[in-house]
Amino acid sequence: MGNFYRDNDDIQFLFKHINLAELAVALEEGFRFAPEFDYAPSSAEEAVQNYDMVLESLGELGADFIAPRAESVDREGNTLNEDGSVTRAQGIAEALEKLAQAQVMGFTLPYRYGGLNFPNVLYSMATEIISRADASLMNIFGLQGIAETINAFASEELKQEYLPPFAEGKVTGAMVLTEPDAGSDLQAVKLRAIEDSEGHWFLHGVKRFITNGCGEVLLVLARSEPDRSGGLGLSLFVCEPGPTVHIRRLEDKLGIHGSPTCEIFFDNTPCKLIGERRRGLAPYVATLMNGARIGIAAQSMGIAEAAYRIARDYAASRKQFGVAIEKLPAVRDMLIEMKIAIETGRALLYDTSRVVDLAVVYNRQVEENPPQDKDELKALKNNARTYKRYAGMLTPMSKYLCSEMCNRVAYDAIQVLGGSGYMRDYASERHARDARITTIYEGTSQLQIVAAVRGVCSGTAEKYLDELAALEYDDDVKDLLDLLAAGAEQLKAAIEFTKDKGNEYMDLYGRPLTDVAMDLINGYLLCGQASTKVEMDVPAAPGANGPTLPMRERKRTMARRFVTKNAPKIKALTELVCQGDKSTFAEYDTLVGPVPET
Amino acid sequence: MGYHCVVLAKQVPDTHRITGQVMNDDGTVNRSALPAIFNPEDLNALEMALQIKDRFGGRVTVVTMGLPAAAKVLREALFRGADDAILVTDIRCAASDTLATSYILSCAVKKLEYDIVLCGRQAIDGDTAQVGPQLAEKLGITQITYIESLEALDDKTIQVRRNIGNGWQSVKAKLPVLLTVVGDANAPRVAAAKCLMKYKKARAPVEVTQQIKAMNPDAVDAEVKELTTMQCDALEAKGLLIKQWNLDDIEADLTWCGRNGSPTKVHRIQSVVLAAKESKDIEPTDEGLAAMIHELIDDKIIA
Repeated sequence: MGNFYRDNDDIQFLFKHINLAELAVALEEGFRFAPEFDYAPSSAEEAVQNYDMVLESLGELGADFIAPRAESVDREGNTLNEDGSVTRAQGIAEALEKLAQAQVMGFTLPYRYGGLNFPNVLYSMATEIISRADASLMNIFGLQGIAETINAFASEELKQEYLPPFAEGKVTGAMVLTEPDAGSDLQAVKLRAIEDSEGHWFLHGVKRFITNGCGEVLLVLARSEPDRSGGLGLSLFVCEPGPTVHIRRLEDKLGIHGSPTCEIFFDNTPCKLIGERRRGLAPYVATLMNGARIGIAAQSMGIAEAAYRIARDYAASRKQFGVAIEKLPAVRDMLIEMKIAIETGRALLYDTSRVVDLAVVYNRQVEENPPQDKDELKALKNNARTYKRYAGMLTPMSKYLCSEMCNRVAYDAIQVLGGSGYMRDYASERHARDARITTIYEGTSQLQIVAAVRGVCSGTAEKYLDELAALEYDDDVKDLLDLLAAGAEQLKAAIEFTKDKGNEYMDLYGRPLTDVAMDLINGYLLCGQASTKVEMDVPAAPGANGPTLPMRERKRTMARRFVTKNAPKIKALTELVCQGDKSTFAEYDTLVGPVPET
Repeated sequence: MGYHCVVLAKQVPDTHRITGQVMNDDGTVNRSALPAIFNPEDLNALEMALQIKDRFGGRVTVVTMGLPAAAKVLREALFRGADDAILVTDIRCAASDTLATSYILSCAVKKLEYDIVLCGRQAIDGDTAQVGPQLAEKLGITQITYIESLEALDDKTIQVRRNIGNGWQSVKAKLPVLLTVVGDANAPRVAAAKCLMKYKKARAPVEVTQQIKAMNPDAVDAEVKELTTMQCDALEAKGLLIKQWNLDDIEADLTWCGRNGSPTKVHRIQSVVLAAKESKDIEPTDEGLAAMIHELIDDKIIA
C-alpha cells in the first residue's frame, strides 16, 4: 500500500505552506455552492480538508494501481486497428476507468457541470502524482484544459452537452492544432472550416502529432476565413469521431508510449463553432495552451521525482570500492543537485499555479461580481491585470524550467545507475525517454523563452521580484536576501543594456536573461519556504526510524546552497548579456559551414 | 432492473504492518498497536458489488458489526460508492466467535431485502473463512465461495467462477445467493472525490454521542441525549446519518450472541518463532530443483 502523495514530504509541506485557504475562499465565492451541491464545502477549512482527501485517494491510485502497470504500458503502446479505431494499452484503459471512478476528471470544472471546482495548484499536484506513476497517462488526465476551454469560451448549450461527460470520465479530449506545416507557428494552420448555406460547419484537411487524437471530443483549430492569412483567419471548433474522421497513422516514438499520437484526416466532418469566429488562435487556443503548459510542467515534475527516487535508492545500496556509491563526491553532488532542482521546480510550478488561480479569480470578480465602490473596483481591476501579467510570464518559465530540469534529472539518474541505468531492467531509461518530449510539445523551450523574456524585459519580472522581496523572511536568510537583491540589480543592468539593442538582441540572449530572472524568483521562493510557519518534521538520511529535522531547517540549508551557488552564475550570465556580442548573426555562415551533403 | 447487494465488511488490525509491539506477552494480538483497516478481501467484495451496480443498476448496502470505531470502514465504503451503511454495534456482541457473529449478522441481513450478499473470503485477523458460509446457512440461501469473477447475471440466476486451488469451477445458482470473494477477483477502486467531499461528515449516532460528550464533559445524560437526537436529525436530513442497529433492533436471541453464543474455546496459544537452524544447499539444476519442490510438497509447505 503505497501513496505518492503521503510519501512525498515536499508536496505535503507545500500543501501546508501555500495559502490554500485563501484560494478556497475566492474560488468558492463565499461558499455559496454548498446549499445546492451536497459535496461543495461550506468553509475554507472544509475545502482544504477536501483537497487533502482527494490527493490522498489519487496518491493511492498512483502508487498501487497505475505505477505497477507503467512498464507494460510502455512496452505495449497503442494499436491502430484496420477499421481505423485505436486500442489503448491495457494499463491505460484500466487506469482511465479507475480515474473515472475516482471522480477526478473534472478537477477544476464548476460544480454545475459535475466538477470539483478545485484550484490549479491542486491540479498541478494531482498531475505530478499521476505522472510520477505513469508519465504517458498524464497526456489524458492532464488534458482537462480542453473541458476548461469549452467552459471558458463556448455557449451554454455546448457546455451542457460536453462538460458533464468530461467530469464523469466518460469522454477524453484532444487539442487538434498541429499540422504538417504548422507546428510552433500555428498561424500557418490550413485545415479548412467551411460553412454551408444553412450555417452548419464542416472540417476538411489533415492534422498531425495529435495527442489522444482518438479521444471522444476533438477541439480543432481551423481556417474559417479562407481569404485571411495568419491567426485572425482561424476559429476553434468542436467535433466528435465518426465516419468522416480518419485516424491514418499512429506515430512510433521515443517515449510516452501509452499516449497515442495520431494523424487525422477530416473529410467534411460536421462540427460546431466555439465562441466567436476569428478568435480561435487568440485568445482561445492561447489560453488552452497556457493551461497545457502548466500541465507539462507538472508532468515533468512527476518524471523527475520518479527518476530521482530510483537514483537515490540505488546510490545508497550499490557498493563500489568498498562503499555505497553515495559516499563518492561526484555521485553525492549529482544527488544533491537533482533534489534541489526538483524542489526548485516544484516551488516555481506551484507558485505559478497559485498566481494563475488568483488571475482567474480576480478576472471573474471583475466580470461577474464587480464591487460598487469605485476605488475598490479600480484596485480589483489592477490586481486582475497584474496577476494576468505575472501568469503570462511565470507559465512559460515553469514549463521551460521544469521540462529542462526533468531531462537533466532523468539523464543524471541513469548516470548514477551506470550500466544498470542504461538497461531496461530499471525504469530509469523509460523516465529519460518519457522526459524528452517535455521540452518540445506545447511549445519548445526556445519558444517558452521567447514568451518569458518579454515578461523579464517589460518590467513584470522586476515587479514580481519586488513583491517577493517585500514579504517577511526569517533573520537566518537575511544574507541570502542581500545576495538576491544584488542579483536583481545585475539583472536590471542587463535588461537596460538589452532594451537598447532591440528585440532581436533580446531573443538572442533570451535564455540567460530568463535563467537569471528564474534563479532570482526561485531564490526568494526557497527563502520563503525556509521562513515557513509550517511546523513539520521530516526524516533526514538514512531514512526510516532515523533522525528527523524540521522542514524549515532543511529548506534553509537548501536555500543557502541554491542562492550562494547561483550568485556567481548570475553575475557571469548578466556580464555575458552586457558584452554585446552579436556573432550569432554576423558569423553564422563562417561558424557552422555549409549544409552537409547527403 | 437492478440488484440489491449487501456487503459485509469487517474492521481488522492491519496485520501487514507488523512491528515489535503487536504481540502481547500471552501471544494474543495487541490490537491497539496496529492501525484498523477495511479487511482487504471485503474491499474486493465491495468492488464486485459496485461493479454489479455499475453494470446492472441497483443498490449497495454495507453492513459491519463492531465497536463504534468500525463506522470508519462504513465511511470508506460510502467514499467508494456504497449507497447505504449500517453499523451493528452492541456491548452484548462482545466476545462473539464466528458462530455468534454469523448469527448476529444473519439477524441484521434478514431485516433487509437483498438479491446478493457478498463477503470477503476471510479476514486477515482470524483467517477462519467461516463467517460467510455460516451466514449463508443461517439465511437459508445458496453459498458460493472463493469467487474470482462474475460471469453472468440475469433476473433470477447468477454464474460465477470459483478458484478451487488447483483449477476453476464455473457455478450457476438461483438468486438470492451469498458469495465469498477472493483477493484476486479485482482491484478495488479508490475513494471517489465527490463521495469523499460529501460523506466525510457521515456519522453513526454513537459517534455523535461520543463527540458531544468529548466537547461537553459536564453534560448530564438527558442533555447528551437531546443533543444527539438533534444532531442526528440534522445529519439524516442531509443523508449523512449512518444507520445504527443494536441487538434489540435486529431481534436477535441473546442466547446466541456474544460469549453465550460462542462455543469456541481457545485451547492454547502458541508463539511460533521462526528461526533458521540449519541450511541446505540445493544444486542449481533441474534435478536439484525438482527434489526441493518434492520435499516442500511432502512437508506440506506448498500444495
